[in-house]
Amino acid sequence: MALPKAREDALAARLQALPVAAGKGWLAAVRAEALARLTAMGLPARRDEYWRYTDPASLNAPEAPVAHSFDASDESEPFDGMDRLKIVFVDGVFDPAASDDLTLSGVTIERLAEAGSKDIHWAQGLYGVLETRGQDPVARPFAALNSAFATDGVLIHVTGKATKPVSLVYVHESEVSDAILHHCVKLDPGASLTLLENGPAAARLNKVMEVEVADGASFHHIRLQGRDHERRAVTHLFARLGARSELRSFTLTANGRLTRNESVLELAGAEGRAHLAGATVGDGEFHHDDTVFVTHAAEACESRQVYKKVLMNGAVGVFQGKILVKPGAQKTDGYQISQSLLLDEDSQFLAKPELEIYADDVKCSHGSTSGAIDEVALFYLQSRGVPRRTAQALLVLAFLAEAIQEVADEDIAENIHARLERWLARHGSKG
Amino acid sequence: MLEIKNLHVKLEEEDKVILRGVDLKIGAGEVHAIMGPNGSGKSTLSYVLSGRDGYEVTEGSATLEGRELLEMEPEERAAAGLFLAFQYPVEIPGVGNMTFLRTAVNAQRKARGEDELSAGDFLKVVREKAKALKIDAEMLKRPVNVGFSGGEKKRNEILQMAMLEPRMCILDETDSGLDVDAMKLVAEGVNALRSAGRSFLVITHYQRLLDHIKPDVVHIMAAGRIIKTGGPELALEVEANGYADILNEVG
Repeated sequence: MALPKAREDALAARLQALPVAAGKGWLAAVRAEALARLTAMGLPARRDEYWRYTDPASLNAPEAPVAHSFDASDESEPFDGMDRLKIVFVDGVFDPAASDDLTLSGVTIERLAEAGSKDIHWAQGLYGVLETRGQDPVARPFAALNSAFATDGVLIHVTGKATKPVSLVYVHESEVSDAILHHCVKLDPGASLTLLENGPAAARLNKVMEVEVADGASFHHIRLQGRDHERRAVTHLFARLGARSELRSFTLTANGRLTRNESVLELAGAEGRAHLAGATVGDGEFHHDDTVFVTHAAEACESRQVYKKVLMNGAVGVFQGKILVKPGAQKTDGYQISQSLLLDEDSQFLAKPELEIYADDVKCSHGSTSGAIDEVALFYLQSRGVPRRTAQALLVLAFLAEAIQEVADEDIAENIHARLERWLARHGSKG
Repeated sequence: MLEIKNLHVKLEEEDKVILRGVDLKIGAGEVHAIMGPNGSGKSTLSYVLSGRDGYEVTEGSATLEGRELLEMEPEERAAAGLFLAFQYPVEIPGVGNMTFLRTAVNAQRKARGEDELSAGDFLKVVREKAKALKIDAEMLKRPVNVGFSGGEKKRNEILQMAMLEPRMCILDETDSGLDVDAMKLVAEGVNALRSAGRSFLVITHYQRLLDHIKPDVVHIMAAGRIIKTGGPELALEVEANGYADILNEVG
C-alpha cells in the first residue's frame, strides 16, 4: 500500500540527508531489502498507536538536533578498573587508537564496515534477520532504517565462554553528530558473554543490536546511557533465545532529551529465560520511553520485565510492554512490572502494559503503578534523625532496587547504586 | 526534660481541634503515663511532638531541655534527643533494617558534631542490643518492618531506641497488638533503658503495660486535655472502673 503523501515526503527528506550506505556483497543486498521495508512502512508519526506517547519528530528530522556534549568528568568512567575488552566509538565511528586489540579467546570480533566483503560470513544469517522478524506485528521503522544505513558497528561471534566482558564505549564529541550503529552478537550453544555499553554516543543515536542466543548459551547485557542532557537516542535490542538459554539485559538511563529503548525478544526454545530491566532517573526536559515486546513461542520459558522510573521537574516516562504467549507455549511464566515515582506534580508517567495469551496453562502477571514518595515512610525516617533529603534519596533508591537487582554482577550493581545515589544528591528535588 | 504548656492543636486539612490546652511537665529520669479513651488526643500529642505533617499548633509551646521543639524539623527533634516509638511502625520495602539503623545513628551523630560510627563498631553494638531483644540476624537483614509480626515490629522500635539513646522517649501504644510474652519482652527492653538522664512518656489504653513499665506519674487525657493527674494508683482505678467515673467527676 502506498504511503500518504506527507509520509512519503518526510521519508524522502530523511533519506536524502543520509549518506549512501556502504556495503559490498551480501551486506549490500541485505541493506537494499531493509530500505525496501522502510519505504513500505514510512517513518513513524505521532498518530501511530505505537508512538502515541513519544513524539518521533526529532528522530525523523533530516538533521540531528544540536546536542552539546556534557562534561561528566565529575563521575568516573563506568566499568573503570574492570578487566574488559574495550571498543570505542566516537560520534558513531570506530576509534582503533582508543580501542583494545579485538582479540579475545572464544570470541571473534569484526567491524561491520569490513564484513561485507567477505563471502562466507556467519552474520549473513543474522544481520537484519531478527530486525525483520521484529517488524511483525508492529512496524519499527527506525530499526529498518538502521539496517539500511548503519555506518559502523561490531559483529561478535561467541563460540565459548568469553573470559572477560566486551565493553562498547560511546563517546560524544560533535554537537551535530548523527550516529547509526548496528551490532550483531551470535552465541553458539553453551557460549556466554557479558556485553557492556556506556556513553551518550552522539547528538542523535540510532542503534540496533541483534542477538542470537543458541541453546544453553547465556548473554548478559548492561548498558549505561550517557548523562548528556540534550542527546537523543532510539535503540532496538532484538534477541532470539534458544532452549535453556538465558538473556539478562539491564539499562540505566540518566538524563537525555529523548530516549526510546525498544526490546524485542523471542523465546524460541523450551526453558529459555529472559530478564529485562531498566532504572531511569529524569529531571526536567527529559523524555524516556521503554517499549518492550516479549514473545513466548516455546514451552516452559520465563520472562521478567522490571522497569522503574524516577521523574522530577516535568520529566516524562513512558512504558509500553507486551507479553505475547503463542499457542503451544504452555507453562509460560511471564512477569512484568512498570512503576514510576513522581517527585512532583509536573512529571508524568504513561504506561501501556499488555498481555496477549493463546495458551491455557500459563502464569502471567503484570502491574503498573505511578505514585509519589511515601510521606509516612519519609516521616518515619526523619523521626529517627535522617535529614529529609537523605531520607528521600534512601526511599528513591529503595524504589529502584528491584530493577538494579537484575544486574547479576554484584560489583557493577553496587557501582550503579552509588552512581544513582550521587545523581540524586545532585538533583535532589524540591522540599 | 519535657515541658508542654497550654498546647492547642488542630488538623490542618479540616477545622477540627484535637488538643485544647495540654500542660505537662516531665522531669529527668521520670516515667509518665498518659491514659485516656479513644479520640482523646493521645496519639496526636505524640505526633505533634515528633513533628509529623498535617497538624497546626494554634497556641502553646513544647520544650525539650529548654529548647523549643515545635519550630524544629522532625530530624532536628530526633537529634535533640526525642524519640517516638510508633503505634504502627512503618514498613519500608527496599531499605534494609541494618542500613536504616546505621543511617539514623550516623545522621544523629553528625547532627551533634560527633564522628560517625565505623561499620565494625556499629555492627558490634547493634548485635549486642539486638540479642537482648531477641532480634535475630535475619531480622536485621530484612527490609525495615516488612513481613515483621506485630511483636517483631515493636521490638524493632525498641532496638532503634536503644541504638539512638534518646533523652526523651515517647511510646505510643506500644502494647497494642502484643500478646503477654511479647509485651513482657518489650517492657524489659524499655526498663533496661531507664536511667536518671532519660525520661519516658508512655501512652496506653490499658493498665496492663504499666504493670511492666512502672510509671511515676499517671495522667488521664480526655477531649484534648489532661483532666486528672495522679500516681500509679490512678491507672488501677481506670482499670477497675473505666473512664466514665473520672470523666463525670471532672465534669
